[in-house]
Amino acid sequence: MSANLTLILVAGVLVATGVHLIFERALSRVILGIVLASNGVGVLYLAAGGAAGGAPFVGARPAEEMSDPLPQAMVLTAIVISLASVAFVLSLAYRQWRLTGSDDVPDDAEDELIRSLAQADQTSSTYDPETESTSLADEEDATA
Amino acid sequence: MTALLIAHFVAAAAAPALTRVMGRRAFLLLALVPAAAFVWLLAQTPSIKAGQSLTADVPWVPSLEMSFDLRVGALQWALGLIVTGIGALVLLYCAWYFKADDPSLWRFSSVFTAFAGAMLGLVVSDNLLALYVFWELTSVFSYTLIGHNPVRSANRRAASQALLVTTLGGLAMLVGLIILGQKSSYRISDLLAHPPAAGALTTTAMVLILLGALTKSAQVPFHFWLPGAMAAPTPVSAYLHAASMVKAGVYLIALLSPIAATTPGWRALTLGLGGITMLVGGWRALRQSDIKLILAFGTVSQLGFLTAMAGLGTKAAALAALALVSAHALFKATLFLVVGIIDKATGTRDLTALSNLARSAPVLAVTALLAGASMAGIPPLFGFVAKEAALAAALEAHTEIGSLGYVFTAVIVLGSVLTVAYTARFLWGAFAPKRTPSGASFTTPYAVSTPILIAPVLLGGLGLIAGFTGKHITAWFTPYAVTLAGPEPDYLALWHGLTPALGLSAIAIAAGLGLFAVRDLVTATQERVPALIDSEAGYNRVLRTLDRFAVETTALAQRGSLPGYAATIFCVVVAGPGIVALLALPRARVYAWDEITQPVVGVLIAVAAIGAARTRDRLQSVFLVGVTGYGVALLFLIHGAPDLALTQTLVETVSLVVFVLVLRNLPPVARRRPLHRSRYWRAALAGAVGATVSLVTILAANARVAQPVSVRFPQEAYAFGHGRNVVNVTLVDIRAWDTLGEISVVVAAATGVASLVFVRMREAEELRPSRRRAAAIAAAQRNPGPPERRSVILEVTTRLLFHAMIALSVYLMFAGHNQPGGGFAGGLAAGLALLVRYLAGGRFELDRTAPVDAGVLLGGGLAVALASAVAPLFFGGTILESAVYDFSLPVYGDVHFVTPLVFDAGVYLIVIGLALDIVRSLGGGIDAQRESDEREAAAL
Repeated sequence: MSANLTLILVAGVLVATGVHLIFERALSRVILGIVLASNGVGVLYLAAGGAAGGAPFVGARPAEEMSDPLPQAMVLTAIVISLASVAFVLSLAYRQWRLTGSDDVPDDAEDELIRSLAQADQTSSTYDPETESTSLADEEDATA
Repeated sequence: MTALLIAHFVAAAAAPALTRVMGRRAFLLLALVPAAAFVWLLAQTPSIKAGQSLTADVPWVPSLEMSFDLRVGALQWALGLIVTGIGALVLLYCAWYFKADDPSLWRFSSVFTAFAGAMLGLVVSDNLLALYVFWELTSVFSYTLIGHNPVRSANRRAASQALLVTTLGGLAMLVGLIILGQKSSYRISDLLAHPPAAGALTTTAMVLILLGALTKSAQVPFHFWLPGAMAAPTPVSAYLHAASMVKAGVYLIALLSPIAATTPGWRALTLGLGGITMLVGGWRALRQSDIKLILAFGTVSQLGFLTAMAGLGTKAAALAALALVSAHALFKATLFLVVGIIDKATGTRDLTALSNLARSAPVLAVTALLAGASMAGIPPLFGFVAKEAALAAALEAHTEIGSLGYVFTAVIVLGSVLTVAYTARFLWGAFAPKRTPSGASFTTPYAVSTPILIAPVLLGGLGLIAGFTGKHITAWFTPYAVTLAGPEPDYLALWHGLTPALGLSAIAIAAGLGLFAVRDLVTATQERVPALIDSEAGYNRVLRTLDRFAVETTALAQRGSLPGYAATIFCVVVAGPGIVALLALPRARVYAWDEITQPVVGVLIAVAAIGAARTRDRLQSVFLVGVTGYGVALLFLIHGAPDLALTQTLVETVSLVVFVLVLRNLPPVARRRPLHRSRYWRAALAGAVGATVSLVTILAANARVAQPVSVRFPQEAYAFGHGRNVVNVTLVDIRAWDTLGEISVVVAAATGVASLVFVRMREAEELRPSRRRAAAIAAAQRNPGPPERRSVILEVTTRLLFHAMIALSVYLMFAGHNQPGGGFAGGLAAGLALLVRYLAGGRFELDRTAPVDAGVLLGGGLAVALASAVAPLFFGGTILESAVYDFSLPVYGDVHFVTPLVFDAGVYLIVIGLALDIVRSLGGGIDAQRESDEREAAAL
């Protein structure tokens, strides 16, 4: 089946601009990127679903003149879910701003810690450096 | 047999409750379970002696050839008697060993009983995979039992050491078992009957399985975990780490020897490592001053002996191995139980602090003497009988392994010398009268309740009786021994005449006693000779290296930067599917457009999207993203998807408002992070991702060659879903399961929104005062105007329009089944009405308009949808089946009611709930916080 180049190009541009925004640190920008990209993906579903046609209403036209209803149903729920995720990420952004005064996502502090361990050639914090032989282990607590 | 096995696990599950009611006496009840299994096994003696095997087949996962096939032959029977008999006696012993108020008794009793079950399962399984499962279960139970007292770091390390070493071997073994299973059969009896052809793969499998057996049975260089495992309570040492679990490796070797003994490497590993282990363990045992550690290293040594005997693979060696396994289980369990009693009665296990116990505890001393004599191989005990058989088998080994057989015999004799010496050291250390450094003789105080002696006395006595019943025992073990090669062995007996083996035994006893006599010299030598093999240090180094490797890898892979992760993922997308798609592109066909309006709208969308990505002004980018959204709605309409266009428009409008509601708080211009210099590659990567997605879609569209499933949708939508709007029927009927999942996601997200905004209590603690003040000042500066910011015209218009919008939303919901609309669109329209109401009148008016909690709408909607999904079941239908009812109402007229409408009503309520949650949280909730910030700022 042949593909509609216009729709595909539009979707490509939407996804590309969306991804560009996803690379940012500000959460409010990232969610804009996700909105752009999901708009693009909606268009992609149409393009992958075949050529345009009449609205899929039984009785309005013969079935072969209708556009494919299946991708439409999928995109419809995706649209509503994207609204839900927009609201969720925006609440995250708002909360981040309330706590830190900016909606930027900082680098993970734990990962920073692990990097400093690696640079200092050290072991992880859960490593037990004790090397005393375990044959000295005992059922009773010697200190008790 | 299956019932007895299951009974162990039932008892384990009941054990916590039992200990709560009965305290430590619960052990008496638990002991009945392995005791019953023991009696049952004993009752099978005649058929075992006749060479029959008992089987029980319980299918488990037939598709994976997994089954709980059980099979008891002579080998399994012998091991099973040891596992159940000693298990029952040790449980009996536990009833007096533990303090009555031990707080972790419930856990110990349960794990211990479960272990007994797993061990029995390991022995009687006739399926390689079931055997593996039980094998690993014993490792895990052993881990928790060693960690019985996790207060000391050494104990924790001992437990994890045992677990890591044995599961490392276990995993290697699993690979080996799978190779064998695939080449031959997973059923062990089939495997033994039809061994896989010799070859590199079979050899690999056997070596891998040996790795599992050698780690489990604590062979050099993996032996170090066993002394560490002595951190466990002494009953555990007696049962797991002397009588049963550590014998699992020996059992596996004995099991496979009939088909594996001639595999290259089998004898080299079992005899070589077994011999070394026997010497290393004996040598190390000689320098211990803790009597429990003497036994621990002694066990290592004896396990080496057993491994070598089981691996040799001749009839004589097989008989000797089984005799040794039984003898060892009897005497070593006894000795450990004796140590436990000494420890409990005197509070010490240090042989310099123990003096004159032979006088104060004569029964205990005699028991220990019997067991010790058996260990040292002194007649007339069973240990002597077994060792004689082993020496005879070793002397004959040259028929199989050439002159190395004599080296092997020498190693065993040397090992026996060490055994005699450390046995003497143990008995002397525990019971002999000693003097303090100042020269005064002393007696260690000793007090213990008598019933605790039952188990060791029985076991010790059994070692003596067995010594005289060699002929019977031979008959029991012979059905296993005859499966191996070599000449028919002599039966087990105390007296075979003046044989070379007897001579070697005499030499070993004499030399061992001599070695004990010069024990001060031996100790001095040991201190001067450094440990040849310190594999525990090696293990520690490996663990450290592993940890360092993990830190380095984590530091490399886990950069902690969100854009970094996104970039990594997208690079993979481009490099993988992107390149593949590019290669396949030349075969793809495309056409320009369906309608000329498509490129017109497309250009508009593209320009807006690029603008949105370029601008740093937040509101501007929101507006431009909105333009793309409306543009996409137009594309939907052109494509012939009015429902999509409608929903997209509504969603876009709600999103736009939500963005503005939140962004009004944030700084108007996003800061210029990510760094300037990375701008170009970011743009390039983004472009590449866009191109990849386009390419993949072209290919996806071109790949559609079969008739789409949706061709039948229109007809079925009307026939079964009773609706004309195919998209809506797809949502509420054909693919209603999907919709059910998706509305659940919506409920979760909406709940998340509300929780993120309304977590004031936690926030108050998290925010430091200075930061809170700064936020308040910033808020006050942003909003210099008066608090009253309402537009009368907007308010009036809204009130006029509100009810019309609600009516529209209800209409959309009801009409959706046959015309554009549906629950999603209707709910969004209602949400929009609420949004407008809030914008015009503020949060208090919103609350008056919709005096209902958003959570109620979300939960209620989900309940309605679920109820409509389940309801058809009560009418004999299937889940989510649609039905239609036609009836007439007065005034209204004929009603054509379709049940998917109820489902759609649930969707409708959920979407309104989402909208209400959004407006309440991101609108009203944020307002309230701003106001409190402003009040705080004013107060400063």
